[in-house]
Amino acid sequence: MSSKRQLLELRVETIRSIAHGVFILSFKHNFHFTAGQIIAVDIIPDGKPRLYSIASGENEENMEILFDEKKEGKLTPFLSKLHPGDAIYVSEPFGTFRTYTDPGYWIASGTGVAPFVSMARSGFGKNKILIHGGKADENFYYSELLESIMPQQLIRCSSQQEDTKYYKGRLTQWLKDQKDLPTAYQYYLCGSAEMVVEVRDILISRGIPFQNIISETYF
Amino acid sequence: MTEKINIFGLTVLQLQEIVKSIGLPVFTASQIAEWLYQRRVTTFSEMTNLSKKARELLDKDYCILLAEPSKVQVSVDGTKKYLYPTEIGKYVEAAYIPEKERATLCVSTQIGCKMGCLFCMTGKQGFQGNLTTGEIINQIQSLPEFNKLTNIVYMGMGEPMDNIDAVLQSIEIMTSEKGYGWSPKRITVSTIGIIPAMITFLDKSQAHLAVSLHSPFDEERQELMPIQSVYPITDVIEEIKKWNLGRQRRISFEYIMFKGVNDTPKHANELVRLLNGIKCRINLIRFHPIPGTPLQGTSFDDIVEFQNRLKSKGMTVTIRASRGEDIFAACGMLSTKEFLKKQKETDF
Ligand SMILES: Cc1cc2nc3c(=O)[nH]c(=O)nc-3n(C[C@H](O)[C@H](O)[C@H](O)COP(=O)(O)OP(=O)(O)OC[C@H]3O[C@@H](n4cnc5c(N)ncnc54)[C@H](O)[C@@H]3O)c2cc1C
Ligand code: SF4
Repeated sequence: MSSKRQLLELRVETIRSIAHGVFILSFKHNFHFTAGQIIAVDIIPDGKPRLYSIASGENEENMEILFDEKKEGKLTPFLSKLHPGDAIYVSEPFGTFRTYTDPGYWIASGTGVAPFVSMARSGFGKNKILIHGGKADENFYYSELLESIMPQQLIRCSSQQEDTKYYKGRLTQWLKDQKDLPTAYQYYLCGSAEMVVEVRDILISRGIPFQNIISETYF
Repeated sequence: MTEKINIFGLTVLQLQEIVKSIGLPVFTASQIAEWLYQRRVTTFSEMTNLSKKARELLDKDYCILLAEPSKVQVSVDGTKKYLYPTEIGKYVEAAYIPEKERATLCVSTQIGCKMGCLFCMTGKQGFQGNLTTGEIINQIQSLPEFNKLTNIVYMGMGEPMDNIDAVLQSIEIMTSEKGYGWSPKRITVSTIGIIPAMITFLDKSQAHLAVSLHSPFDEERQELMPIQSVYPITDVIEEIKKWNLGRQRRISFEYIMFKGVNDTPKHANELVRLLNGIKCRINLIRFHPIPGTPLQGTSFDDIVEFQNRLKSKGMTVTIRASRGEDIFAACGMLSTKEFLKKQKETDF
């Protein structure tokens, strides 16, 4: 009677840990997608898949997802234990979170940086500034790659590491510190609900029309 | 000493697992359920049709924990807002709305919410946890007006479909013969349209469904509700159209009216087009402004005009009465943010 999203069986190409409890998993694919889209992923064909932003670029051979392991989670503790060659079940890319060509800010917390990594890798980073908030410097995932693509447009806010190389404080503080947040820019937010609602409130209080704020929350 | 396990909120099936594990006959589970949900006792010693041995065995490892509301606020219109403590030391709210011929309780399913809708006070507090089935049922069973209740709506704090397992179990307790024995027609569950869980809900329960629509236009809905980028409203409606829900089950669409945003004739026309082919009702809701919001509510006269336009095209449309606005109990106003620690641990 209903239409559950179909999952395709694919093989894990690589899986690597890039920070404490955080992984990048890649697999070969034939999908067409727009940077910012998501896929549903599972380790069994007919379970309850979870959603992940695609972190790889639009024209890359391997598709990548970036995820952090949730200790009590039903999927991520198993996802992190996969090996190259193991089966994973993946849906066609879907979703409408995407970036436009107007100038804008990309604002992410934690693994919420994934869609912006995909956008940057797909050539959409030219007139964007990426603000990434994390607990510590190791949480600035894909830092090297992003530095190579948009070195002058990266702001990393490290909330808990005392000796950070980057801005010391939460990204919300960084935003509050700015004298000028252009009201005509587009603001793209991705990550935890806490970050999205807090940042949105700050932006609105600074006169940015809510129509210029596009958010995706990870639930 | 290991902590006792709370059995309040367990279904008959789950109780069966427990009685089997301690060597009691399976039918004991139904007896316990009746004591818990019909006679509403809070100790095993009161379960007098159980053998003494059974009561002792249960009492050794299990307990029955309900939580009284820790605060109540009363509106000038008679609406009451109850504050309930949760097992993890946080709080949720439930709104009791008495009317002439019915009395509705609006229950919460999560502490906070992950969905971040622009117009919602609960969304502003972020997410602190899912309620257990027991904590959902407790809002009903510990309500001083329990005996007056005629309807339950899952429209309080949180997105019910993001805690679907506990929601379904709570409905089972309300509707099963060994539970409250209520008709599922007395229960309405709301959703912003998380399709996979909504499918499970349509499949596994007989309760009514209320979908938060708020704009028929994709981009505009996205500005109000982040969920739109994951599960667009057109997909939600396409999915609903596939279900033959029979005569008993009602689908309604909730539409909060924001001045100059979603209240034009163009919106009314698009709504009619979008909902074409679904037997449903549209509930127009007045917006209750929350602190810092960039949105304003449509005036009552303009809501009526919007309603008339929809009605003239054959839609069934009601305007939901605002209740409990003075005590922040009205739609979209529930929040327990004040009880959270100031600077909590976040990932950013
Ligand atoms: C649009 C979107 C994009 C996301 N992108 C990423 C990403 O790029 N990287 C990342 O690390 N995380 C991402 N997430 C979060 C991810 O989907 C998982 O929630 C997370 O990885 C934890 O999964 P888990 O199964 O380990 O944890 P769990 O705690 O078991 O589950 C997490 C979530 O799964 C859902 N769920 C739980 N039980 C059920 C059930 N019975 N039926 C259906 N659903 C259920 C609930 O929404 C729950 O909050 C994204 C989420 C969304 C909505
Ligand atoms: S409207 Fe519902 S789903 Fe949206 S933030 Fe509020 S509680 Fe969550």
